[in-house]
Amino acid sequence: MAVRQHDIEADAPLDHPSAHAAGHGAHAEGQQHPIKLYLWIWLLLFVFSAFSYMVDYFQLQGALRWTLIIVFMLIKASFIVAIFMHMAWERLALKLAILVPPLTLLILIGLMAIEGDYTFLTRLASFVK
Amino acid sequence: MSHEPATLEPGFRGVTADWSADKQAFPVPWGKAMMWIFLLSDTFIFSCFLTSYMNVRMSTTDPWPNTAEVFALTVAGHHIPLLLIAIMTMVLITSSGTMAMAVNFGYRRDRKRTAQLMFATAALGLCFVGMQAFEWTKLIVDEGVRPWGNPMGAAQFGSSFFMITGFHGMHVTGGVIYLSVVAWRVLSGFYDRKGTYETVEVAGLYWHFVDLVWVFIFAFFYLW
Repeated sequence: MAVRQHDIEADAPLDHPSAHAAGHGAHAEGQQHPIKLYLWIWLLLFVFSAFSYMVDYFQLQGALRWTLIIVFMLIKASFIVAIFMHMAWERLALKLAILVPPLTLLILIGLMAIEGDYTFLTRLASFVK
Repeated sequence: MSHEPATLEPGFRGVTADWSADKQAFPVPWGKAMMWIFLLSDTFIFSCFLTSYMNVRMSTTDPWPNTAEVFALTVAGHHIPLLLIAIMTMVLITSSGTMAMAVNFGYRRDRKRTAQLMFATAALGLCFVGMQAFEWTKLIVDEGVRPWGNPMGAAQFGSSFFMITGFHGMHVTGGVIYLSVVAWRVLSGFYDRKGTYETVEVAGLYWHFVDLVWVFIFAFFYLW
């Protein structure tokens, strides 16, 4: 699986064919992808950062603001992890080992949101005059 | 080597095969697997900071300072909200781009360009830390923000801000040193002698993670 069509195309224009001869197969030489792909992702990250900034600049408020902020954030995070960090080309076993555990954080976030709400109400009821 | 490409199956069947066999679980260089596991633990640390920030922000009865105003800059008479943060974001994204290309040139055994791109990445990281120092100075000296209080609103603003951006800045600083060392070794031919440039990719993983964390800080702390 190490050699995908994609990787082969990326290697084609190289003037260092020995780079691959050095290892025993493509995977030993690690991940190679076209520079063009990185430049595209780079550009898209700029664009989505600008979009995030615009959310604040135009003072969008309420549910629309929060939805847009989270959507742009997740798009940027996905690009970085999938392309820049090469997760898109890793084995599913590694993907699962790294990407699934952080989901447990949703439980922590849920609990702390309930806790924060409770503290807020307690403060309103007992400490704010 | 037990992980010849021909024996690797895709999909969930591949997960079972990879996890159950008495062999190396992840067919990647060990440094890369270990870096991913370190980054996983770092994910939990930053998530704890951001979750505690959410908790204090939800529970305070004082108004939260308006970050768009707190981090605004006045340039040539124009008052632009969040300007410094926008520039810092662009600098960090750019550094991620140069790092991604450095990894590519590393695997092509192009020593000079790999090192150049890595030094450029480190320089952009340094630039980011510099702007952060400027931001902290402005906040502490001019605006009177302290970890225990500030004139703009909720006292928890200062502690959350210094904790989250401080820890991130520390990661950037550490990354600059890490990248400089690896870049120096690239130049000196260390990885040619070692026979592999995977260290460049592993250092790249760390650097992209720093950028990744900033995406979340930017969304939750500065924009929310």
